[in-house]
Amino acid sequence: MNTLYDFSKLTGAIHHWLSARFSEHTVNLIEFTLAGVSIMIFFGILGLVLVYVERKVSAFIQLRLGPMRVGKWGTAQTIADVIKLLFKEPLINKDADRLLFNLAPYILMTAAFMAMTAVPFAPGLQAFDPDIGLLFVSAVSSLGVIGILLAGWSSNNKYALIGAMRAGAQIISYELSVALSLLTIVVLTGSLQLSTIIESQRDGWWIFKGHLPAWIAFLIFLIAGTAETNRGPFDLAEAESELTAGFHTEYSGLKFAFFFLAEFANMFIVCAIGATVFFGGWMPLHIGPWHGFNAVMDFIPPVVWFFGKVAVLIFVMMWFRWTFPRLRIDQLLRLEWKYLLPVNLMNILFMAFIAMMGWHF
Amino acid sequence: MERIIASQPETQEYFINMGPQHPSTHGVLRLVLTLDGEIIKKVEPHIGYIHRSIEKMCEHDSYQQIVHLTDRMDYLSCHINNEAVCLAVENALQLEVPERVKVIRTIIAELQRLSSHQLWWGVMGMDLGAITTFLYGFRDREMITDIFEETCGARLTMNYNVPGGLMFDIHPNFQRRTKEFVKHFKKKLPEYDDLLSNNIIFRQRTIGIGRLSKEDAISYGVTGPTARASGFSCDVRKHHPYSAYPKVQFKEILRTEGDCFARYQCRMDEMRESLSIIEQLIDNIPEGPYKVPTKAVIKLPKGEWYQRVETARGEFGVYIISDGQRSPYRLKFRSPGFSNLSALDHMARGCKIADLIAIMSTIDLVIPDIDR
Repeated sequence: MNTLYDFSKLTGAIHHWLSARFSEHTVNLIEFTLAGVSIMIFFGILGLVLVYVERKVSAFIQLRLGPMRVGKWGTAQTIADVIKLLFKEPLINKDADRLLFNLAPYILMTAAFMAMTAVPFAPGLQAFDPDIGLLFVSAVSSLGVIGILLAGWSSNNKYALIGAMRAGAQIISYELSVALSLLTIVVLTGSLQLSTIIESQRDGWWIFKGHLPAWIAFLIFLIAGTAETNRGPFDLAEAESELTAGFHTEYSGLKFAFFFLAEFANMFIVCAIGATVFFGGWMPLHIGPWHGFNAVMDFIPPVVWFFGKVAVLIFVMMWFRWTFPRLRIDQLLRLEWKYLLPVNLMNILFMAFIAMMGWHF
Repeated sequence: MERIIASQPETQEYFINMGPQHPSTHGVLRLVLTLDGEIIKKVEPHIGYIHRSIEKMCEHDSYQQIVHLTDRMDYLSCHINNEAVCLAVENALQLEVPERVKVIRTIIAELQRLSSHQLWWGVMGMDLGAITTFLYGFRDREMITDIFEETCGARLTMNYNVPGGLMFDIHPNFQRRTKEFVKHFKKKLPEYDDLLSNNIIFRQRTIGIGRLSKEDAISYGVTGPTARASGFSCDVRKHHPYSAYPKVQFKEILRTEGDCFARYQCRMDEMRESLSIIEQLIDNIPEGPYKVPTKAVIKLPKGEWYQRVETARGEFGVYIISDGQRSPYRLKFRSPGFSNLSALDHMARGCKIADLIAIMSTIDLVIPDIDR
């Protein structure tokens, strides 16, 4: 049992301490607030780090140095950018629908924020662990498309509208593939609860235990996940060379920053869910009966495992973005409906067959 | 069922103003698109945002001054533009320039073509969403601009030609550095192919898109790689050779498909041909003067002269009418970008917005060349 680094001790201690002093309702309220605030702080830090990483990775791929001037190796560049965005004037188009225009970035942020609550960072470090965890994450993260559609519609800009319509068609289509590729693994785990899914990978990650169908599911997940987060080569909603900036053409200042932040948060969530379902989340690399090896691996803290896996997946997604040209909207939808979806359905059957015969490890 | 048909929403065509400020019009070109959803019904280019009346200015300038105005037209083939004016003036004066000048002009023209195509390649990738290619293209272009800088002091608007020869002799490092570049770039061309030509997304985005038939190419006056991709043999270097082109062996790249990918391949193959032309000439630069002396004030005899050259974008022509004064009576430039742009509407009808971007980048527009 992995008890070396268990955060439930810490959270349990906090709970005890609070319970001794306050009534049950107050304790609940305080705990909700604590969890919310810590996720919000994490959200902010994540944005800062990922923007910096994106710029450095793109610079690495493009034979550049990237930001180097602000702080050591440009580490303070994102902070400087945030300060700049804070002080920028929030312009609103003359004929824009002001209410929806202002609401849209918050919807996008809220959806990303809610999905973040269900991400299991380490044992005991998960804000919300419902027994329908995967369903919850995919349902909530697809709410974000409403924000994008509203942003495009309310901007009173044709570029923004085209971008938003593209995003709508794209995200709704690729949502299917994401959900189905995750379902392929659920066939093996028998549970949608994220903590159970991680626990089921104690003797090996599903990507290794699930044979070929797990690999196919992972590839489809990676493609569909990239498409769902609107990142290149599927960044048709923004498509800067066609639609200037797509759905957020009219946004400036902090509201633009929210879109930006939500994009990075969504990328993190997709990678976190991918790491959880296919690569065991915070679960160290265990190989069945090799107890010595497993014990050594247990010494690396689960948080490191989790963020290491997520970082690798994020790097792969950035690699995609800075290498591939963009697809066209009809090609994008063709890829989903004609290739990914049928392959995915066959793959689930294949996986169900394997699970039924008990061929998986 | 009837009710469903009756309740079909009414669709409406709408307009989009693409440009003059837009990331992929590459300058101040304004396109008014008539769209049905994402499908393009009509493209109306509106030009003139960067019109500087260069032709009118030429009527007041001496012939030496006219040469440097042509830098500011197609700034990516400035040396070739300069060469056209110089050749026209030399023709009119019946000056025979030394062999050395011809060879150096040709080498630099081919380097210029390479650097223009490299930039085009980078921008083409960027237009299709692969931003990285832009920096790869610029990495290799940088070597060429460094060579230019060393020899003539300028990196972009070189103004290296003067009527009668060259402004200075080549730098002692010129041959060595050009050979280094050719060696370097031969290794990098396969990388270009890996990044774009063999990429399945890129192929899907370009194959069969924006077809231009040979007849249409001719009737729209399209020239350069854009026309040669449609099978229209129009390489001025072959048909009306000038400078050192009669002496070198090279193929005129022709393709028949006429789509975006053919235009892309055409330019890629042209880069290989340019490399081979440079290789043939770089070790055989004859000794001799780099200039024949001309009078300080050049006065052309009365008459009309036309000189055509092949720039990176197509046929560039200079038409001079002289009345014997120190500046031309009338001067007309035939710029390739202007005619190539006219075929845009024909190519883009029925395509999607994303295809229009691909078509525009394969036409390889330089807006100051169109507006003059």
